[in-house]
Amino acid sequence: MAELIRILEHRIRRGCETMAYPAGPAPPLPERHGGALRLEAAKCAEGCGDCVAVCPTEAIARPEGRPATLDLGRCVFCSACVAACPTGAITKTGDHRMAARSRGDMLLGGRGEEEVRLAGELGATLRRLLGRSLRLRQVSAGGCNGCEADTNVLGTIGWDLSRFGIQFVASPRHADGLLITGPVTRNMRAALEETYAAVPDPKIVIAVGACAIAGGPFVGLPQVADGAASTVPVDLFIPGCPPHPLTILDGLLRLVGRVK
Amino acid sequence: MSMPRPDSPRPFASIMNGASLRWPDVPESPVTAFVDATAAELERGSRLCAWFGVAEGAATRLVAVLAADAENTMAIGRSEPTERAYPALTPRHAQAHLFEREVWEQHGLVPEGHPWLKPVRLDHGLGPAVGDYFRVEGHEVHEVAVGPVHAGIIEPGHFRFQCAGEEVLHLEIALGYQHRGVEESLAGGPGRAALVRVETVAGDSTIAHATAYASALESLSGEGAEATMRAQWLRSIALELERLANHAGDLGALAGDIAFLPSSAAFGKIRGDFLNLTAMICGNRFGRGLVRPGGYRPDLDLDSSLATTLLERLRGAMAEAGEAAAWLWNDSSVRARLEGTGTISRETAEEIGMVGPAARACGIVRDVRFDHPAGWHRFAQTPVSVWPGGDVLARARVRWLEVQRSGAFLEEQLVSPPEDELHSPAGARAPDSIAVSLVEGWRGEVCHVALTDDAGLIRRYKIVDPSFHNWTGLALAMRGQAISDFPICNKSFNLSYCGVDL
Repeated sequence: MAELIRILEHRIRRGCETMAYPAGPAPPLPERHGGALRLEAAKCAEGCGDCVAVCPTEAIARPEGRPATLDLGRCVFCSACVAACPTGAITKTGDHRMAARSRGDMLLGGRGEEEVRLAGELGATLRRLLGRSLRLRQVSAGGCNGCEADTNVLGTIGWDLSRFGIQFVASPRHADGLLITGPVTRNMRAALEETYAAVPDPKIVIAVGACAIAGGPFVGLPQVADGAASTVPVDLFIPGCPPHPLTILDGLLRLVGRVK
Repeated sequence: MSMPRPDSPRPFASIMNGASLRWPDVPESPVTAFVDATAAELERGSRLCAWFGVAEGAATRLVAVLAADAENTMAIGRSEPTERAYPALTPRHAQAHLFEREVWEQHGLVPEGHPWLKPVRLDHGLGPAVGDYFRVEGHEVHEVAVGPVHAGIIEPGHFRFQCAGEEVLHLEIALGYQHRGVEESLAGGPGRAALVRVETVAGDSTIAHATAYASALESLSGEGAEATMRAQWLRSIALELERLANHAGDLGALAGDIAFLPSSAAFGKIRGDFLNLTAMICGNRFGRGLVRPGGYRPDLDLDSSLATTLLERLRGAMAEAGEAAAWLWNDSSVRARLEGTGTISRETAEEIGMVGPAARACGIVRDVRFDHPAGWHRFAQTPVSVWPGGDVLARARVRWLEVQRSGAFLEEQLVSPPEDELHSPAGARAPDSIAVSLVEGWRGEVCHVALTDDAGLIRRYKIVDPSFHNWTGLALAMRGQAISDFPICNKSFNLSYCGVDL
């Protein structure tokens, strides 16, 4: 009994620990995080490919005679390119927002396309069907437990995802869609297909992290399928390795129209 | 290690954690003698850190890495190239069972007499985790199959329970769904993706795996290539932050599974606070990009002002953790739920070669930081956290002891950084050499073995995540338990799927 009173006292003392975001300001990213990258290919030095050589996931390309492109979906945010770039063409924006609706929207470099083109909300039909709730089934298909952990964290008191009507459910039958992590290993492909089939129509798919977007660190290995889109149609991509919880939350809220 | 008989050469050479040997200097025995010699060492109380094959044309050499913890020594030996089959070690020493299945799967070498020879992680054309499962027959016996896709936000694996009513008679765990081909992909390198792959072997143990990898590569580059003192200091700090975050998270998850919400809610937040401390140093909450062969990412120094802020925040999180833990231990209904649940005897834990907090919760003194110190742990020790009992309560108690000791370690270390460079350039790797590197990650012993070819490139890279040793422990902990005890037994171990599947 005494212990119970102590616990209650503590709870009252602490008050509500859920962040004010999105009504209030977003919590700051860690200072050294750097946020999304920006590539101004116009600044690239003639014939330079220093960034291409240091990128561990082949996210940067510079075809002969063409400007460089950076695929933010494939990026693991190791900063090697930022350090290697002699002209400052690749920079960190400090912005936590990175979610996009298509792979093309994550390709940086061209004029007007220096930064990721952020996701808009779902179409009117789906929005009407979903109402103010979104139920997701999570499938890890070769994820390393990084994206899984920082998705899980959205359920803790600081983030409290359920206040937005978004919940993770135990069965695909109860879900409006899937949230996929991992590059989709050959060994998980059938299970992913079956889980997707078990979600009632209409359904959405969210790919979280560099692996689920494009294979991440494992891109090109014969045991993986280089991302969720290899197996199911994807409606939202959230870059990172793993994405910061704030980046994931921003992506989910964009999809349901709570953040624009 | 063992006394050589006058008529036979020594089957093992001794090796230090974080050191390397020339491959030709690793003693070689005929395969039967090699298995016998390994069995004799295990009989004496050594344990298997790694047991794997190295392809030699169409044949395979077996390699054993052994640790004699009480003597603070390690040993390595290898067999002559062998084809087709050899007499299995498993019937004599159960801790070899998964290793021998793995060698069979990777090299086709049959361990004759292995009692349960089936795939570890490959597809074999039918999907993973197919084939025979151990079945209990009987009138009222039923089978419960769970996974690969589970109910929570968690990695995939398949669990097959044999139950009589509520009681679990046997649990068989089949993994492999997460197989990404990490080991294979490192051969011929290190390529530019090697480090990010190692960091994501088990993404919640990034620092442990990256440190093991870096130290193996550094030792292959010769004595001068050891990471700088400051880099070793930073690695040890990051390793304890990783331990803090995961232990706090697991204490919260355990509380959640028994519906004790105050501690569950508090630890969920505290876990994030610890992850954010790692992010203060490197930007990434999981420590990605922090450790690299030769040292540390040069732009991520932990200078004194950052160390001061870190220490302040650490103290805040530790104080909150203390409160949340006290609620757990002071509540008799919590203790009653955890006590006597999922018990493993010390003998069983020894027999199956368990490591980490799960082994220490069976009263075993086994901790790489203490038994085989390398890197900064040669200068800064931390006591081994042991608790008797072998049940869920003991595993939770060990986690909490370790949280406190990691906190004390950081208090001490953050105020006394060694003045040094962050990074020393790694030289070329020695050809035809083998390096062994152990790190005590938060789940237990992370073991990396790197073998180079005649050009100094990686010829074979072996990774043993602590989960590889411990999944069997979870299966055995469930025997005689109610199936509804599975969630808390599982959380008390919290093992890695991808760490095993590689």
